[in-house]
Amino acid sequence: MANMAQAVRMALHYGEEHLGVRDIFGQDVGAPLGGVFTATQGLKYAWNTPLDERGIVGMAMGIAMTGERCVAEIQFCDYIFNTIDLLKIAGNTHWVSNGNYSLPFVLKTPVGAGIRGSIYHSHSFDAWASRLPGWKVVMPSTPVDAYGLMISAIEDPNPVLFLEPKALLRVKGQELLPGEPAEKDLKAMIDAPIGDRRHWKPKWPKIEEFRVPIGEAKIVREGTELTLVTYGRHVTFCGQVVEELEKEGHSVELIDLRTIYPYDWKTLKASIRKTRKVLFVNEDTEVTNFAEHLSYRATQELFYELDAAPEVMAGKNLPGIGLHPNLEDASVPQNADIKETALRLLRERP
Amino acid sequence: MARTQTSSRSKKKVPKPPKKSVPQKKSKLSSAKNVFGGLSLDQLRHMYELMVKSRVLEERLIKIYKAGGAYFWIGAPGEEAFGVPLGLLVDKGQGPNHDYLHLHYRGTPTLMAMGMPMIDSIRLIMNKATDTSTGGRNFSNHYCYPAWNVVPVSSPIEVQYAQALGTAHVQKRLSKKSLTVVTGGDAGSAEGDFASCLIWSSRPGNELPLLITVQNNRWGISTSYDTQHGEKNVADRGKAFGIRTCVINGNDPVESYLRLAEEMDYIRKNRKPVLLEAQVSRLFGHSSASGANPVDELDPVREFEQRLLRAGVIKSDAAKELWKNSEEEARLAQEQVKSEPAPESSSVWDHFYAEGENGDWRKF
Repeated sequence: MANMAQAVRMALHYGEEHLGVRDIFGQDVGAPLGGVFTATQGLKYAWNTPLDERGIVGMAMGIAMTGERCVAEIQFCDYIFNTIDLLKIAGNTHWVSNGNYSLPFVLKTPVGAGIRGSIYHSHSFDAWASRLPGWKVVMPSTPVDAYGLMISAIEDPNPVLFLEPKALLRVKGQELLPGEPAEKDLKAMIDAPIGDRRHWKPKWPKIEEFRVPIGEAKIVREGTELTLVTYGRHVTFCGQVVEELEKEGHSVELIDLRTIYPYDWKTLKASIRKTRKVLFVNEDTEVTNFAEHLSYRATQELFYELDAAPEVMAGKNLPGIGLHPNLEDASVPQNADIKETALRLLRERP
Repeated sequence: MARTQTSSRSKKKVPKPPKKSVPQKKSKLSSAKNVFGGLSLDQLRHMYELMVKSRVLEERLIKIYKAGGAYFWIGAPGEEAFGVPLGLLVDKGQGPNHDYLHLHYRGTPTLMAMGMPMIDSIRLIMNKATDTSTGGRNFSNHYCYPAWNVVPVSSPIEVQYAQALGTAHVQKRLSKKSLTVVTGGDAGSAEGDFASCLIWSSRPGNELPLLITVQNNRWGISTSYDTQHGEKNVADRGKAFGIRTCVINGNDPVESYLRLAEEMDYIRKNRKPVLLEAQVSRLFGHSSASGANPVDELDPVREFEQRLLRAGVIKSDAAKELWKNSEEEARLAQEQVKSEPAPESSSVWDHFYAEGENGDWRKF
């Protein structure tokens, strides 16, 4: 099974072959490295840029103005903050130009904690990104979804922020990508060798088109007593918690939001209406967290149908993620925290 | 190849045509081409006419603001002698095979030279639904003309320098002649995006067909260039990157035209960038926020007019008629725009996403 980095790479290759992508760029994105997480190894149109995030975003916006499709990368979202006004402009260009210019490009960036990355390799960006009107914001939790969302993102006529949960980038999926050969074959075909790569070229499998529509959440596991809404790395965490709870006799519906904006309210609303309880989980900081908006909406629209107040579990409102595991684990929701809150909600009676 | 040619930098000392070049009334016209760098009489008159119209339009915009017809004015009085030649020299059209323009918010002369009717600018400042650039969403001089590759003007003073890299990058790949123009001010050159523009446009083996201009009016709102910039000329910064550079008197339309033509020709042929600094006036201050009142700097339109009158290229009566007719054109345009509809409140969600997709979360 492909890992998420391989899945992204194959989607980008599909973009090169079928969607007109001629530029995939960022710091260390081109040869010889092919991305610090290997997500751009061997791609025909991948190239290296100066270490200049504003230049990267500006370049992508300009390419998009010509109508061409490109994929740009900020190596870690921790370094995206100095581009925030360019991101604002990318989001408002179609609107402020009265529809004259759309900016169809993808900006991908690894996010979140989980690799012991200390303060500047552990930031989250989903809450920030939800405050960039005009963008679409997606965040896969599996290689298959990463593959399908990337293809949809490339095709979308709007700027799309593709958030990669960095702790999952090297984690193998549990299902084959469309057209994916057996795992060992895939690695031999598309992973660059260690050492001298000057003469290496990938042998791309015959990959197939597959799209995960932007704006569609996925019900990962059906349940009846509580809705658990999350995305990215915490889909894995929450999945483990839901399994434990199931063994203890509870039925929890797990939803992977996949698209942060425009989000799939219909799926969320139907689920919350069914279970009458909801817990939102993510690892961005808790004050003005995106999940607070979802919680607010659940309260406003479903107040008289709820059996418990909607809850948000998010990263603590700290200046950063400390390096020591004791600090990191205390900063973002862990399985035990999620389970404890879920149990409290499950036991609550109106 | 790095090259710097510095013209007289005093805005108040534009070289006057040598008196000995106009000794006889009969020989005035025949010698004018030599005095004006070989430009034809028609070219000179055409530039003059566009400069006057641009000025009249800007003064009309200021009047509209002062009469309460607009919330804000920012514009281009003082940049006509640079902006008009630039607009005349671009290859106008849509797509990477034509020139792209990433303008700052003093682009009226360039747009006038490209063929923008006055009424468009008035619709923009009066925030009408008929404003094609922004649909009533943005300030004056924030133009957008996709049919001419004029990408949306933003208020931040530096971001265009980063975005221009992308259009030039595509042109480098797809076209053998088209180029990207990016304009900005001296104050904006202090921002990081200006440095990004120099670095990215001069990457070895990946140089970009990019005309980087700085219209140096020596002001950033109320802060003078001299108190903030140690470099003698902004253009000098290009030398470190091996970028061809030049400094011109942007208050002289003839010098502007000739040097822009030369530098744009270099870019088209060599597919490499040029950093051009044009020293210009700023005649009504930064914007309406600083009063939009006339200031004592050289007026490039009146200066050029006097030169053309002295050389016999235009006649006094014709000049007066041009001003009068232009003012009437602007006044009539304003009258028409007054009666045009304002944007509907419901249009606030229009164009949130491309292709009419809903962006209002209440409807998700």
